[in-house]
Parts: sequence; structure tokens; C-alpha cells
Amino acid sequence: MIEWFMWVQLVVAVLAGLFAVVVGFIGWKPNDYTVGSLALIELLLLAQGVVSLVLPATGSPPEGNALEFGVYAVSVLLVPPAAILWALIDRTKWSTVVLGAGAFTVAVMVYRMYQIWFALN
Amino acid sequence: MATRSSLATGIGRVLIAVYGILALAATGRSVVQIIEKFSYAPFSYTLSAVAAVVYIVAMIALIVPGRAWYRVACVTIVFEMTGVLVIGTLSLFDRQLFPDDTIWSYYGMGYAFAPLVLPAAGLWWLRKHHRAAVAAPAGGPSTVAAGE
Repeated sequence: MIEWFMWVQLVVAVLAGLFAVVVGFIGWKPNDYTVGSLALIELLLLAQGVVSLVLPATGSPPEGNALEFGVYAVSVLLVPPAAILWALIDRTKWSTVVLGAGAFTVAVMVYRMYQIWFALN
Repeated sequence: MATRSSLATGIGRVLIAVYGILALAATGRSVVQIIEKFSYAPFSYTLSAVAAVVYIVAMIALIVPGRAWYRVACVTIVFEMTGVLVIGTLSLFDRQLFPDDTIWSYYGMGYAFAPLVLPAAGLWWLRKHHRAAVAAPAGGPSTVAAGE
């Protein structure tokens, strides 16, 4: 895991989450902006995932628990696709709120992954 | 979409999504704990696994229409409420029993108290939709032939 990249992910996920929850409660149905922001979050997760696979091979393994990190890294990848699938099936404003909830979940999980990787607690 | 459960409407959908997230969190936690150090705190870790299963069942019960599933939703959500209250209290007073945390420790503090808020929201939602769910035939509102 690369620290500055984690902060980018965190900021993107929080902003996307706030945006989707606000426009969801206003009454927007899922659209390119809200679905697209979750797709962007997924792309960033995939990039960080690849980085986290390559780093140990180049001599920088996680300082913390690798198994716990791995479980987070795999399960976090499921969140945006699940939220997007939901938004594609159920075209109501609540799906936009669900997209936001998914983005917040990713933010929390990414931060937790950062704590695990660098053994911060 | 006429076969959708009356519980899976409006903000109930957000409730279902949050159940999904918590199911994921509890499952991940219990997998790591059980693989890595089951003998250290078998009671806590078994409880984490039980919590994970209950969240998954509760989520399914909220999605699937019908009276039987409504009952399953009631039972699982009451179980959750009891779990978070009992385990939350025990974790404050009995460190021997809980050398390591579960999702319910300290009333779910590690998960922004979602494990405490969610069953409360779930029970409110079930109560609000009590009449519609009980009046609906077992196969859902649209499948008349499957009713009574």
C-alpha cells in the first residue's frame, strides 16, 4: 500500500459518498455521475490492490497483519460493483443513497487497510 | 417488480444495503479471527461468526417477500438487538470472557455503533410494515394462487 495514494482514495470516496447521499435524498435517480464515481473508486482500489501485490515481491511487505489486510483488500473490491449493480437494477433515488453508502464503506475500509498495512494500532 | 417484499421499498432498501455491508464486515472479521487465532478467544470468535450469519439471514429476510420471511426478519433482528445489548454489556464488565473484541463489543463502537442502530432501525421498519407483510399471501402480493 502507498500512503499518499490511500489519502487520494479516501478523499475521492468521501466526496463521492457525500455527493451521492445528498443528491439521493434530493431525489436524483442513479446517473452517470453517481455511478461513474463508484466506478472511479473501484479503479483506484484495483490500482492500490496491484501495488499491494507488487510491493511485498520487491521487498516491502506490510508491517502489519498480511492476512487481515488481504481479507480487507479482497472484500473492499466487492463493494462498488455491488452498489453499481444495485443502481442498475433498481432505478430509484434510494439506489443513489446506496451508492453513497457504498462509497463511505470503501472510505472506512481503505483507512482500516492503511492502519493494518503500517501496523498503526 | 411486483413480487418485491413490501419491506424492500423506500428507505428500507438503504437498510438492506447497510445490512449487506455489516454482513461483509462481520464475515471478514470472523474469517480472519478463526483462521489466525481461534484458540486465543474461541468464544469471541465463534460469536463473530454467528453475528456474520445472522446479518446475512436478516438481509435475505428483508428482501424476500412473504409472511414466513417477515417472521425470519423479526427473529433475526431481535436476536441482533439482544446480542449487541448483552455482549456490549458483558464486554464492559468481563474482560476474561472477551480477551479480543467481537463486532458487538462495546455496543458496536468499532463499527460506528452501526450494530446498535441497525436493529433498532430494522425493528422500527418491521413494525411500520407489519400489516402489509402479514396481509400479503406467502408468495408475495402478486402471486395470488400461492396464497392461503
